[in-house]
Parts: sequence; structure tokens; C-alpha cells
Amino acid sequence: MTLLGLFERLEASGLGTAIRDSAWLFPVIEAAHLLGLALLGGAVLVLDLRLLGFGFQQKPVSYVARQLEPWLVGAIAVMVATGVPLFLSEAVKCFHSEAFRLKMVALALALTFTFGVRNPLAKGQPLPARWNRAVAACSLALWLTVAVAGRWIGFS
Amino acid sequence: MSLLSFCEWLARSEWSIALHESLYAYPLVETTHVLSLLLFVGTVSFVDLRLLGWVFRDVNVSEVTARLLPWTVAGFAISVVTGSLLFYAIPVRTFQSLFFRIKVVMLLVAGVNSALFQRASRRSALAWDGDPTPPLRARVAGAVSLVSWATVIVMGRMIAYNWFDCDRQPQPAFVNWAAGCILP
Repeated sequence: MTLLGLFERLEASGLGTAIRDSAWLFPVIEAAHLLGLALLGGAVLVLDLRLLGFGFQQKPVSYVARQLEPWLVGAIAVMVATGVPLFLSEAVKCFHSEAFRLKMVALALALTFTFGVRNPLAKGQPLPARWNRAVAACSLALWLTVAVAGRWIGFS
Repeated sequence: MSLLSFCEWLARSEWSIALHESLYAYPLVETTHVLSLLLFVGTVSFVDLRLLGWVFRDVNVSEVTARLLPWTVAGFAISVVTGSLLFYAIPVRTFQSLFFRIKVVMLLVAGVNSALFQRASRRSALAWDGDPTPPLRARVAGAVSLVSWATVIVMGRMIAYNWFDCDRQPQPAFVNWAAGCILP
């Protein structure tokens, strides 16, 4: 099956159809997606600000990273749990949307970087400030791309 | 001049029409508005979560506030500037939007809650600053803040939907009253 064929089947799925047929399901799920975004923004920013030297300087980076990780994971869970139904309701539109493609690539990179590089580094031994700033800059750039591209799906 | 006629006057201005009809300016302002909530509600949520005693329990409340609230204020400033531009682009419909009106009320609730809490904290000089779980009134302030900002976000998103617009009649009398619709 082609990718487009797969997306067509996803759009025809029960959940996708139910959301499309309802006047209020899409807006409600979308609003929850936005609430998750606010929490995700906080969970990402507070650690990145600490890495950039603006956070709780008396506390080690590893403490801030450990404190925030459950909230980060929780926020991502909300984003995925609401984002997947939104996608199912308009999968074919997403297939043709460059903003959606950019978002998915940036999201894969952001998740890999966050859980493969940033958080393991932040929770480990203290690093030189220069490294911390570089890690925070990458994290901010990746997540910001995800967010802007995500908003842009709605305009396409 | 009534608020409605002020909005009608705004809507006739050249720049309002230009922004409303622009291909890129309006979406850019709107994207900035939506993303400013990352900075603004994102940081204030963690102050609120600290007040609830759910995160950073080993960090003094005053430390969390001092480090995060400047970012909240910066984000809020961006939200207000971009939000005013969005209102300016579509003044009459926004003014008569039920969701916009609830959003404004919740903004006031959040503002009053924050002002009351800060006044009370100054007076008590945060005797409980280092407590992992702050006293009940601080937890209530944190919870009210979280709920009111969340409602602001949800209502803000709903402004885009026209279910209760004045030009879609009939509506329940309550809706027309709350949205300030003028019926022929």
C-alpha cells in the first residue's frame, strides 16, 4: 500500500470519521492539544532556561532535569493522545501539507534529541556552560519548529 | 460613543482592513499569539505547580517566582500586543463573540487572583517560603491561576468558531444577551 493509501484508510477509520462528523469534537480535542502545548512549553523552557544560565542557579541542572521529566513526559503524552485523533480526522489533508511533514520530521528530531541527548546529559555529570547553552539552543530550535509548523497546518 | 460603535469605527480604519485581508501578516501575528502562550502560560504553570507543591519542592517559592515570572511577564506582553492586533483586525465580530467575552472575564479572574496573592505574600513575607507543600490559601491561588489560564486558552481557541455568532440566529436569549447581539 502506498503512503497516501494508508493515510486514506486512516482518515476513513472510525475515530477519524467520528471527529469529522461532529461539530464540536475537533475544537475540543484541539483545545486540549493547546493546553498540552502550554505545559510542554513550560517543561521544555524551564530546563532550557536553566541550561542557558537563567534558571535556578543554586540547584544543579540534574535536579531541574529530574523534577521536570515527569511533566515533560506527561505533556508529550497529552500532545500525542490529542494529536493522533486530530490527524486521523484529516489525514489526507496532512499528507499533502508541507507544514505537517516538516512538523513530523522536526518532532522526530526533537524527541530523539530530548530523550537521547539533552535529558541524559542534563541528568548526568555537570557539563561546561558552553555545552549546556548549545544543548538548550538545539532543544529550543527543534521544539519551536514543531510548534510553528504545527500551527501552520491549520493555515494550509 | 458605545464600545460597539468604537469597534465599528476601528473596523473601518484602513490598517484594520489591511491586516484582516493580509495573506501573511494575520497568520504570522496569530502564530506569534498562539506561541507566546508557550512562554507565558508555560512558565506561569510551573510557578502554580510549585504553589501546589507538585514540583521543585526543594526550591523556595520566592526563588521559583523570581526566576520564572520575568519570562511569564515577557510572554504576557507578547500575548497582549499580538492579541490587540488580532482584535484590531476583526473588531466587531470579536467584541460580540461569546468566547472572547468569557476569555476577558477569565483574564480578569487570573489578574485579580495574582494581585491578591502577591499582596498577601508581601504582607506575610512568605513565612512558608521553603515549605515543600505551601499552605492551603497558596495552593488555592495556584489552582485558580492554572484553571483560569487554561480557560483563557480554550476560550481563545474557540473564538475561531462561529457557533454563537450574532449573525447566526436563532440563538438562546442568554447567548444573545451575553454576546451583546443587537437583534433586528
